Amino acid sequence: MGPQSDSFEALAMPLFDQLYNFAHWLTRNREEAEDLVQETYTKALKGFSSFQLGTNFRAWMYRILRNTFLTSRTGLKVTMTVPLDPEEDGPELAIESDTPETILFERANRELLQAAIDELPVYFREILLLCEVEEMSYQEIAETLSIPIGTVMSRLSRARKTLRERLQPQKGSAAIAKGTNRAL
Amino acid sequence: MPCESWKAKLDTYLDGELPSEEMRTFDAHVHSCSSCAADALARVQMKRGIQAAGKRFTPTAEFRRRVQGTIAVKPRYSFPRTWMFAAALSILAVASLLSIYLGAQRSRTAQAYSEIADLHVAALASSSRVDVVSSDRHTVKPWFQGKIPFTFDLPELQNSEFSLVGGRMTYFGQTPGAHLIYAVRKHEISVFIFQEGALRGKWDVSSAVKKELSFNVATWSQGGLRYFVIGDASPADINNLAKLFKATSS
Repeated sequence: MGPQSDSFEALAMPLFDQLYNFAHWLTRNREEAEDLVQETYTKALKGFSSFQLGTNFRAWMYRILRNTFLTSRTGLKVTMTVPLDPEEDGPELAIESDTPETILFERANRELLQAAIDELPVYFREILLLCEVEEMSYQEIAETLSIPIGTVMSRLSRARKTLRERLQPQKGSAAIAKGTNRAL
Repeated sequence: MPCESWKAKLDTYLDGELPSEEMRTFDAHVHSCSSCAADALARVQMKRGIQAAGKRFTPTAEFRRRVQGTIAVKPRYSFPRTWMFAAALSILAVASLLSIYLGAQRSRTAQAYSEIADLHVAALASSSRVDVVSSDRHTVKPWFQGKIPFTFDLPELQNSEFSLVGGRMTYFGQTPGAHLIYAVRKHEISVFIFQEGALRGKWDVSSAVKKELSFNVATWSQGGLRYFVIGDASPADINNLAKLFKATSS
């Protein structure tokens, strides 16, 4: 027997803010994000009777949202160069002392990081957000994106590497800021 | 194991996704390797940075309401519930009508007592209090014959404190009735007799003596007639005279 429709509201509404945030990151547009979330909730309510209670509701909702996005006009336009996910990446290089991470930390430049995330291909952007913002486990990410855990690990690794590379050009100016801070 | 091998797994370690045994080994290594510790710290900072930067967009309250409105479960009233509601309404309506009816009844009753008291006072104040002056019940009773549409029995007053003063015709609500006046010590008591049903009001079934407008009054129904005994005598006197009438009529 499927779950009651009144429990859908109780389960789904607490996820509203984070689903909207994720939708906005995917669509990069408020109106489209709203349409996406609205459609996600409508679809989810319609399909709620088939949802198995006890399984991961959050991953189920995110999967609906993502699949809805992928079939949307914007989704089709921006995403469908799905990356070839190698099972294993080569070993990462040692991080230098002035790393993008430390630069960010010192400058506390949220906008810079937001811009860098925004520029990532959507398949990197989404996996990074699911892992870091939604704090999903690899298993949950795998369920949400419908990919194996091995692919989650490799894609996540490449997403982080790409982000770090994109932040790298900022190093010079950041070092200046760092020097200025030290001088102070 | 060289540091490069550790660092390849650093993100997985920081995501807490390594098997527990490997996590412990990694913990030990990070505590002993300054290079890996520095790298781990940098990556933790990056994770925190992404986490903070990622929480960027907030839905409007209006949009939240809109979505909630589309998924909210609409209350569906089942038939029993509708019926219960209808029944509650009916009960309320009946209770209201009953209350209005009882209120009107009480009002009519109070008005009737008031009129009986008026008749009593008016007769006593009149220069000709009675139309038939006689202490003999066999004189008084026949006097009413043909004047009122019913007949009644008068009690035998021997061995009682009461004496019959006389009788007169009276009207209550266009209904003719008998008005008898009795004396007990220095008090005069009126006894009114009407056809039951001619008087509208809710009368006390117990026929106990009650106080109405400072008069003591008892009323009861017997043999299709409505009796009132009213006067400024004590409740015991009123009650005793009532008892005499009841005994005679039964």
